[in-house]
Amino acid sequence: MWLKQLAVLNFKNYTEVTLHFAPEVNAFTGANGAGKTNLLDAIHYLSLCKSFFNPIDSQQIRRDADWFMVQGEFDKDGQADTVACSLKRNQKKQFKKNKKAYSRLADHIGQFPLVMVSPSDSAIVTDGSEERRRFVDNVISQTDLAYLDGLIAYNKCLAQRNSLLKQAARGSKLDSSLLEVLDMQLVEFGVPIFEKRRAFMAEFIPEFDNHYRFLTDTAETVSLVYESQLMHAPFGTLLEQYLDRDRLLERTNVGIHKDDLLFTIHGDMPLKKFGSQGQQKSFLIALKLAQYSFLHRQKGFKPLLLLDDIFDKLDDHRTRKLMQMVSADDFGQIFLTDTDSMRINRIFDEINRRVRIFEINSCTARQLEKNG
Amino acid sequence: MWEKKYLCVMNFSSKLLEQAVAEFGRLPGVGQKTALRLVLHLLSQPEAEVSRFTEALDRLKREIRYCTTCHNVSDTAVCEICASHKRDGALICVVEDTRDVMAIENTDQYHGVYHVLGGLISPMDGVGPSDLQIDSLVKRVEAGGVREVIVALSATMEGDTTIFYLYKKLKDFGVQISTIARGISFGGELEYVDEVTLGRSIATRVPYERSIA
Repeated sequence: MWLKQLAVLNFKNYTEVTLHFAPEVNAFTGANGAGKTNLLDAIHYLSLCKSFFNPIDSQQIRRDADWFMVQGEFDKDGQADTVACSLKRNQKKQFKKNKKAYSRLADHIGQFPLVMVSPSDSAIVTDGSEERRRFVDNVISQTDLAYLDGLIAYNKCLAQRNSLLKQAARGSKLDSSLLEVLDMQLVEFGVPIFEKRRAFMAEFIPEFDNHYRFLTDTAETVSLVYESQLMHAPFGTLLEQYLDRDRLLERTNVGIHKDDLLFTIHGDMPLKKFGSQGQQKSFLIALKLAQYSFLHRQKGFKPLLLLDDIFDKLDDHRTRKLMQMVSADDFGQIFLTDTDSMRINRIFDEINRRVRIFEINSCTARQLEKNG
Repeated sequence: MWEKKYLCVMNFSSKLLEQAVAEFGRLPGVGQKTALRLVLHLLSQPEAEVSRFTEALDRLKREIRYCTTCHNVSDTAVCEICASHKRDGALICVVEDTRDVMAIENTDQYHGVYHVLGGLISPMDGVGPSDLQIDSLVKRVEAGGVREVIVALSATMEGDTTIFYLYKKLKDFGVQISTIARGISFGGELEYVDEVTLGRSIATRVPYERSIA
């Protein structure tokens, strides 16, 4: 699957731009604020019906305009599919495939999958465990529809149990039968989520290791470990063991909402504290590429790969390795952004691969070379 | 935030009018404009009509009672259903509120009695078991003469929590505890049924002989 053509109208800083892509590597180059990333975001819209960066659709409309439209033509096994997303101010977002509107956006998501690697991924390393769970949940829910429903049910049940613990601390007697019922429900929803996360990580971690090793030539050893309290004892037993502490702290201290991914470097040193920025970035790229490989295997075809500002913080060697890796046969169509078109040319010359470069300048895009 | 900005600030020519609109506006599902329309309508009616209206409301709150057995809304200490000899007192249907009693009565399929809980367990909303008519249900069952308890609650998580809880409280009394069937509605086409309902309908399928009964 690849994107043949993209047209954006009144989208962010663009008035009207139409681009014809190569099925391999495409690069957007230009100065800061030119709108390179906005083009990636337009592609993100076509795949996931929303912006990668900003959840408010109406803020994607160009200043002084009343609507925006993003339209793309995909090629899937030789068959052309036109996907269009448009929004008028104060109206509902319209999403069409081959001119037919979807009644549920969820029906579209997953048909043209993509993976975005962006500088904002750094939150996965530096922020709390919630970001890492969100990453895992996002990847799993793209191929397992029931997963998200289970997670929502679990979270609601957890909120009920926490409310009960709070009320008990405010003086009302703790109704132990009600607590037992809520515990039973927590176990009922929580255990399948734990099993799915564990099964997913078992597939995901070797994939991650491969990518990281190739990218860095094993310059340093890193590891990725899935950590859940449910690995050490059955969930029901844990809830009993933690009850005294739960009552004291007025919230539930054990469960899949405490799951985390442990990122370490040089043995057991936390990556967040002991990894350099470049090492953290390499780690994140390997993580996202592993997500790509997972999606590829689940879907049976190659998703799009969007690499935003990828060369920042990486040394020349890793940059070359990365480009070598993604332009090989394991990956499909690629879009990347960089400030320097000379650098892109040089890198792809060195690894002897073709690239189609689009120079972005004052909200217009110009294709530089037609060798792609 | 937007709604607030656009909430009409009405300029009333009368304090009495403003007060009446404010009172109507407090009802569920009634906004400012609807409230004003209702108030102006009442104002245009003959005085006797309006008196009848207010009297009905007045008496409603003052005279209404809750059945001492099933806690349904009633005019008498024991409601008509509980007092009826035609009803099977050994069969109790547990429901959330009066609306559910009316819905089941409209089916003409049920000839047992009811027990109205007055809500569902939801600690998040400050509703615990003691806020509902659960103890009185346990006492009813404990007193004997009950053969089966049918729990007919909404298919939501709060409904499930409440069913589990009732089951824990009642299971040792030797009565049969059942829940209403969940699945595909009559006249429903399979392709339009959501995945959860359809999946569950297949898991809890029934022998054909029973389905034609």
